[in-house]
Amino acid sequence: MTAAGPVIPNFGHGSACVTGDHLFCWDWVRDHWGDTLEPHLVQHVELTLIAVSIGFAIAFALALLTHRIRVLDHPVAIVAGLIYTIPSLVAFQLLIAYSGLSTTTVVIPLVGYSLVILYPNIVAGLRAAPPEVLEAARGMGLTQRQLLTRVELPLALPAIFGGLRIAVVSTVAIGTVAALVGDRGLGYPIFQAMGLPTPFRTEIYAAGALVVALALSLDLILVAARRSLVRWTR
Amino acid sequence: MDALIFDTANAHTFVQGFAFIGHNAGFLAHKALQQLALAGAALAIGAAVALPVGIALGHFHRGSTVAIGASIVGRALPSILLIAVFLTVLGIGFANNMAALAVLATGPMLTNAYEGVDGVERDVTDAAQGMGMSPLQILRHVELPLALPLIFTGIRIAAVTVVATAPIAAIAGGGGLGDVIVNQASYRLEGVLGACYCVMLLSAGVWVALLALERALTPRALRSHRVPDAGDQSRKEFL
Repeated sequence: MTAAGPVIPNFGHGSACVTGDHLFCWDWVRDHWGDTLEPHLVQHVELTLIAVSIGFAIAFALALLTHRIRVLDHPVAIVAGLIYTIPSLVAFQLLIAYSGLSTTTVVIPLVGYSLVILYPNIVAGLRAAPPEVLEAARGMGLTQRQLLTRVELPLALPAIFGGLRIAVVSTVAIGTVAALVGDRGLGYPIFQAMGLPTPFRTEIYAAGALVVALALSLDLILVAARRSLVRWTR
Repeated sequence: MDALIFDTANAHTFVQGFAFIGHNAGFLAHKALQQLALAGAALAIGAAVALPVGIALGHFHRGSTVAIGASIVGRALPSILLIAVFLTVLGIGFANNMAALAVLATGPMLTNAYEGVDGVERDVTDAAQGMGMSPLQILRHVELPLALPLIFTGIRIAAVTVVATAPIAAIAGGGGLGDVIVNQASYRLEGVLGACYCVMLLSAGVWVALLALERALTPRALRSHRVPDAGDQSRKEFL
């Protein structure tokens, strides 16, 4: 856990602002953007994208399965709800005992959480097609597969995007806990600054602001993507 | 955070986690109660703020941006960040963690209370008005009963979030089962695992209990057979 590199901040050699423990030190942010904030921001983006992509693939497959076989829907929804109640701290801790301080340990819980957020939204989306639309499509001679790809999936897009937004924002937030598994993501500088005898405020605020900014910008990107893909609403 | 020492375990250690629970039942129960007290206090404070505001905004059909934005911002705020920020303001201990958890709890409760009251059909409130009800009577006898299921969903989501996040509070002196989880040096891996099992049981228990209560509170006619989910897709419309 104590990786190479200096303990941050070094109160002995900091600027007057840092050694004086002022509320926020812009000079620290400038000096440590390259060695602390930026690399962790990049890690955080990577973790989020990997987790949500894998989570989406699994959730999509599951949703298609339970859409076809309706009996499975209820049990799967209950299991998903239960998985979501597992606290992130516990999930990471249990996996550390199993797969060590590896990337797998970090990614599995994040995939799990995004999966259980995405699944119900995709299912709700697939059910969003009004019965008369489905009737009309069948009447036009569409096969089951055509019905799915040409009617149900396009109509599910708004709900899928809704789920993606919640999943991405939540994964960015939960990703901070991943720092328990070592030097990964923006949670790490926050943990480090918290663990000091006097919490180093600048680092907590700067890294925190980056997490929130990252979540909200990914959210905006998804809103824009939805606008361009789903043109028939609004 | 360097106090966290980890090593990988074999299957036997996972079983020993259960043995730890058996040998330390009293101690773990005490820690669990500590955690529930912290979560309960945070939930109560959050509810005291979020519910009146959400209900008022919904009643006057105003401030949808604020009400809905609350849950988006709430999701974007990591629990650790909140705890860290309140640590810098309130210092280590109960108050810091309670404040952080209370902030986490407000988002879902505010949004759901707003959605519940705002979503009551216009025809229904118009009819109530036509029957001579005052705005306050409409709120008490029409809007609140109809909004109750959604309001309760918000409370349930907030409660599970708070109970599940409370272990993280141990990092900043919050006590509870998290104390054991982040202190492998004292409790060894089996202790950590045992506490993990307890936390999972606790938050799953809270979820199931509140879900059952919610079912019982919802009028039969309004019940759907869908299990309310983690991603609250009931609100997909606004996204």
